[in-house]
Amino acid sequence: MTQAEIKLCSLLLQEHFGEIVEKIGVHLIRTGSQPLKVIAHDTGTSLDQVKKALCVLIQHNLVIYQVHKRGVVEYEAQCSRVLQMLRYPRYIYTTKTLYSDPGELIVEELLLNGKLTMSAVVKKVADRLTETMEDGKTMDYAEVSNTFARLADTHFVQRCPLVPTTDNSDPGPPPPAPTLVINEKDMYLVPKLSLIGKGKRRRSSDEDAAGEPKAKRPKHTTDNKEPIPDDGIYWQANLDRFHQHFRDQAIVSAVANRMDQTSSEIVRTMLRMSEITTPSGAPFTQPLSSNEIFRSLPVGYNISKQVLDQYLTLLADDPLEFVGKSGDSGGGMYVKDLHKALASLATATLESVVQERFGSRCARIFRLVLQKKHLEQKQVEDFAMIPAKEAKDMLYKMLSENFISLQEIPKTPDHAPSRTFYLYTVNILSAARMLLHRCYKSIANLIERRQFETKENKRLLEKSQRVEAIIASMQATGAEEAQLQEIEEMITAPERQQLETLKRNVNKLDASEIQVDETIFLLESYIESTMKRL
Amino acid sequence: MAGNKGRGRAAFTFNVEAVGFSRGEKLPDVVLKPPPPFPDTDYKPAPLKTGESEDYVLALKQELRETMKRMPYFIETPEENQDIERYSKRYMKVYKEEWIPDWRRLPRELMPRKKCKKAGPNSKQAKDRGKGTPLINPSDVLKKIEELEKQGDGEKSDEENEEKEGSKDKSKEGDDADDEDGAAEQEDYDEEEQEEENDYINSYFEDGDDFGADSDDNMDEATY
Repeated sequence: MTQAEIKLCSLLLQEHFGEIVEKIGVHLIRTGSQPLKVIAHDTGTSLDQVKKALCVLIQHNLVIYQVHKRGVVEYEAQCSRVLQMLRYPRYIYTTKTLYSDPGELIVEELLLNGKLTMSAVVKKVADRLTETMEDGKTMDYAEVSNTFARLADTHFVQRCPLVPTTDNSDPGPPPPAPTLVINEKDMYLVPKLSLIGKGKRRRSSDEDAAGEPKAKRPKHTTDNKEPIPDDGIYWQANLDRFHQHFRDQAIVSAVANRMDQTSSEIVRTMLRMSEITTPSGAPFTQPLSSNEIFRSLPVGYNISKQVLDQYLTLLADDPLEFVGKSGDSGGGMYVKDLHKALASLATATLESVVQERFGSRCARIFRLVLQKKHLEQKQVEDFAMIPAKEAKDMLYKMLSENFISLQEIPKTPDHAPSRTFYLYTVNILSAARMLLHRCYKSIANLIERRQFETKENKRLLEKSQRVEAIIASMQATGAEEAQLQEIEEMITAPERQQLETLKRNVNKLDASEIQVDETIFLLESYIESTMKRL
Repeated sequence: MAGNKGRGRAAFTFNVEAVGFSRGEKLPDVVLKPPPPFPDTDYKPAPLKTGESEDYVLALKQELRETMKRMPYFIETPEENQDIERYSKRYMKVYKEEWIPDWRRLPRELMPRKKCKKAGPNSKQAKDRGKGTPLINPSDVLKKIEELEKQGDGEKSDEENEEKEGSKDKSKEGDDADDEDGAAEQEDYDEEEQEEENDYINSYFEDGDDFGADSDDNMDEATY
């Protein structure tokens, strides 16, 4: 764990769960796994609060526990999982685009609560959807649970590890902590639930207004049913599956940018075909024959088999090798080299960062070194066709910022500089790591700045909230226009201006956070996929 | 640097011209201060992406942040009492729904032990202590002494043993004190057993009340 990561984790935990949880979480991230009493002692927090904090962290899958010998339970923080909290809005948005509103709310509830039973999710989501609907309309439980089943089918949500059912006849004391078991077979199996009923509105006055007899309601809802049908079966959002989706989308849009819409559609089809058959971490997809691809193309896509073959050859010939040819049987077998795709995306990110930071001429040198692998200084100056002095300057600047690295090859064992080759190279992996580290740092900075801005204007924000609340309550009671106006004027013009500036700044900072995270995602997946290969 | 030739350029073992300095040019000064916190950037950052989906994600993010604060998982730090009760505070309060964790999934030690608070935890604990400790301790001590005598390690081991007992008692006391101030706790599960299991840790990581004394003892031990 680097300092920047720890700092970012601390900010995220603090923002999501408050300071106590942050203290415990960061302590665990720093020290590795620890038993309860040690955590309480080292952080100087009362045992009660440590327990609460650990419960919260475990609930949100941010901490795991393990029973060690002598029955000591040790808690371990999942740092990379904490960092993924940054991506929550993106997960939610993705489900919205795929499964519209019910899907969006299902994933949102799962992320907000860490884990939930299916019946709880369905109930919450249906209630929330009902609240946004017009009066008199309600959301059916069945519809929400259908969406849930679809999400489980496509692996976007999965079951949490289960507590094995133990028979009570077992003598001896119960273990200090339950051992959770993952049942691979049932991971995505939706329990058969007969969820009948409709979402309720929170306000009882609404119910009255809807004019339905009150006695009828409770019968429909699962509220007073004592045994919950899917008790103990918890669900969580499958973040790996989301990452797989993000990666696929990045690849598809990269192909679209490089070639054209049609080729991207072909690649999308290939990826969709292998979505379930290929595990999310695999470097290659399963080989697909061109006939299979042709059959699976979306219906509205009118391209002939011949054109498809041409496209596939073109894609396979492209130096970026988004698609590789693995054989000739079945009209040509094609695979998608996911690792290579990620590598080219990461390299492109590096190139564009160099370009934006140091200018296009530096980017030229950078690409040159990337392409030729190892170059001496003199060669760089010559090949880049940039005056020697400037080229040196740029090269050294990138060297000092660690985008380019230097390899010494001594001719004699004494390493004398005059008898040594100095070769400049780009080590993509280490440059990606460096950039990732910077991204963490900049997100931490962004969050801190945002918190500072909000803190500076706290009083003003509170005031505006209060005024808004008053206005809302007066509107509800049917106040006159003039009265509302009067209250609105409680916030002066300069104050209003200040509020607007604040809002703009916060929006910008938030948007930057989201977009830096996109870079983080790319770099992280590239590094992860490279590490798997080594 | 190899050799002190003391004639300017010659201090370098390599050809300075290779790094881009022509003959007779002055080398830049050595930098002795840290780089500025906000260095000038040569290039202005590219504008952020904007669009409908970006706006939506942004709104989602901000909404999520607010919702998170209202979830029961957000543990607030207990505020110190303010002298003046602010009227506005009453409106600021958010009512959170209660969250009952599924204890089947969590280690037992995380359960808050609250239930017997009303039933007079002190009296119960006193009873427990009365029952538990004298029964266990003497027999243990005897056994230990016997074992040690068999080893025939004379006075030294005896002393050590005493010392051990002493520190053990101390840690036990510390325990009880801890239990008392954490009297909000203690529930159905077996206290004695827990203590036995965690004995090792308790005596090593007690919250430092009698740490000073213990360490003194250790010092003494180390001297002979």
